[in-house]
Amino acid sequence: MNVEALLLSIRLALCVSAILFVVGVPLAYWLAYSRWRWKFLLEAAVALPLVLPPTVLGFYMLLAMGPRGPLGKLWHAAFGHGLAFTFAGLVIASVLYSFPFAVQPLIASFETVNRKLLDASAVLGAGRMRTFRRVILPLSVPGIITALVLSFAHTLGEFGVVLMVGGNLAGVTRTVSIDIYDRVQSFDYASANRTALLLLVISFLVLSAVYGINRRAGRPEWLPWPAK
Amino acid sequence: MAREMSSASLSVCVRKELRSGAAASFVLHVSLEAPAGITILFGPSGAGKSTLLDGIAGLMRPDAGRIAIGKLVLLDTDRGVNLPPQQRHVAYVFQTLALFPHMTVGENVAYGLLDSKAQRNGQRVAEILEMFRVEKLRKRKPGEISGGEKQRVALARSLVTLPRVLLLDEPLTGLDAELKASIVDDLRAWNAAHKIPILYVTHSREEVDALGERVIALDHGRMVSEGTPREVLDAPRQKRLAQTAGFENLLSATVMDLREADGVMRVRLADSEREIEVPLGYAVPGDAVRVAIRAGDILLATEQPRGMSARNLLGGKIISLERRGTLVVVRVDCGVIFTAHVTLGAERTLELAAGKKVWLVIKTYSCHFVDQ
Repeated sequence: MNVEALLLSIRLALCVSAILFVVGVPLAYWLAYSRWRWKFLLEAAVALPLVLPPTVLGFYMLLAMGPRGPLGKLWHAAFGHGLAFTFAGLVIASVLYSFPFAVQPLIASFETVNRKLLDASAVLGAGRMRTFRRVILPLSVPGIITALVLSFAHTLGEFGVVLMVGGNLAGVTRTVSIDIYDRVQSFDYASANRTALLLLVISFLVLSAVYGINRRAGRPEWLPWPAK
Repeated sequence: MAREMSSASLSVCVRKELRSGAAASFVLHVSLEAPAGITILFGPSGAGKSTLLDGIAGLMRPDAGRIAIGKLVLLDTDRGVNLPPQQRHVAYVFQTLALFPHMTVGENVAYGLLDSKAQRNGQRVAEILEMFRVEKLRKRKPGEISGGEKQRVALARSLVTLPRVLLLDEPLTGLDAELKASIVDDLRAWNAAHKIPILYVTHSREEVDALGERVIALDHGRMVSEGTPREVLDAPRQKRLAQTAGFENLLSATVMDLREADGVMRVRLADSEREIEVPLGYAVPGDAVRVAIRAGDILLATEQPRGMSARNLLGGKIISLERRGTLVVVRVDCGVIFTAHVTLGAERTLELAAGKKVWLVIKTYSCHFVDQ
């Protein structure tokens, strides 16, 4: 079993969940409450990674991050080195890939907050920030946990995007799923099995935790798969 | 805390058109004055009561109008003034109460206290909880207390901020009369010291009777009467104004007298001596009203009928007959010209012809009011 690969995957998943939380909460708030007529276009864009093959997303990310891609150029100007085949590049691609897994449970839980509570908050003098902090956020805790856990688990198990933009550099971009693939390619089934089983168990535990939390919160039906 | 306790009255004049899909639009058009004390807004569901409260609280934007509390203007569409709900100092207790389920009673009540010191807030929360007899529940959550207690907490939460107006949207539904009365007593006690206008929405006649305050009756987006509970409740009056569409006969008339015990009133048709009996409406003798009658609701007789339940019998002469498909449109001059519809068979059997003397039979409840 490749501990280095497993630790790398966990590090990647933690980074991605943290970034998705910071970016996803304001975006989900906007998507849940905005009345902008073209909002559906953004909703569709957020859901794209659910239907696109990871290779398609990875391919475009690779182009964007390449030395002549917009993202790659920007990164080079800022940090003096390229973005493709680096850990940072992997994080960016994974954030995009796991986007719907964070944003959709957030939207679903923001939307289930009773509008009358928001009206009551406004009438009691609270502005949007106070209403969000004191009413919407605390009532959305199960949704937030779902979002965090799902983006973590989904990143942990990703393969196609990593292969496209990360390649297979030990300690840098060789995640656990790539490692399993490598071992199968070299007919080391026993080792592949140990890692695969561990990943299976972790994934199952994580999802059980999410369903358990949602059951306790009294709304078991809003895991984002299928979306809403 | 030290704000001047003024007894500024609330004045509202708003117009709002609401559309619900393909359904006919509903127009709320109300103007009212509410002085310090309880004013009851009474009317059936769908009369526009909650919409009106939403407009006063700033949760709904009227198409046109002005809302002010004394000199504080909350809304003035002519001058582009529209304060957000946060700045209106209007407290609003919803029918669902909308207590924050994740906060304790104490936290709920303290929620609206935004900028004062924590210690002083604590004291104010304690005072208002005591005033509404729920101080023992401070640490409980809304899910753990009874319906009546929740209503008391909702009132306390709204009033702790010292609002200038209180809006209550059927706040006490589902409570027994005794509990209701005790909560209203506490509310009155609070308002004896603060003297703010309180708009109390209800659709229950019992509640209107029990509160015994000034009543404003709303129906279909309009104010239809105003007065003491007895004045408003005792008349079993026609609730809905009819739409003009679909009525071939639209008659101007003057109200002659009300027969409240029978639920009817007599009106005199304009430009004639003819009187007819119509359902009781929100009107007083001397009022000008318009009465609408469908041509298909008028019976035609060639001899004077006797012994029938219909209360309106008018003699007249046929002016013209006109066939429209299988229908005959008969115009009859009874001092006022009526239009009636009969079948081809009826026309043949009765040998209807221009100049022939006929009787029109119209049931009381075939007469509808339309808006002026």
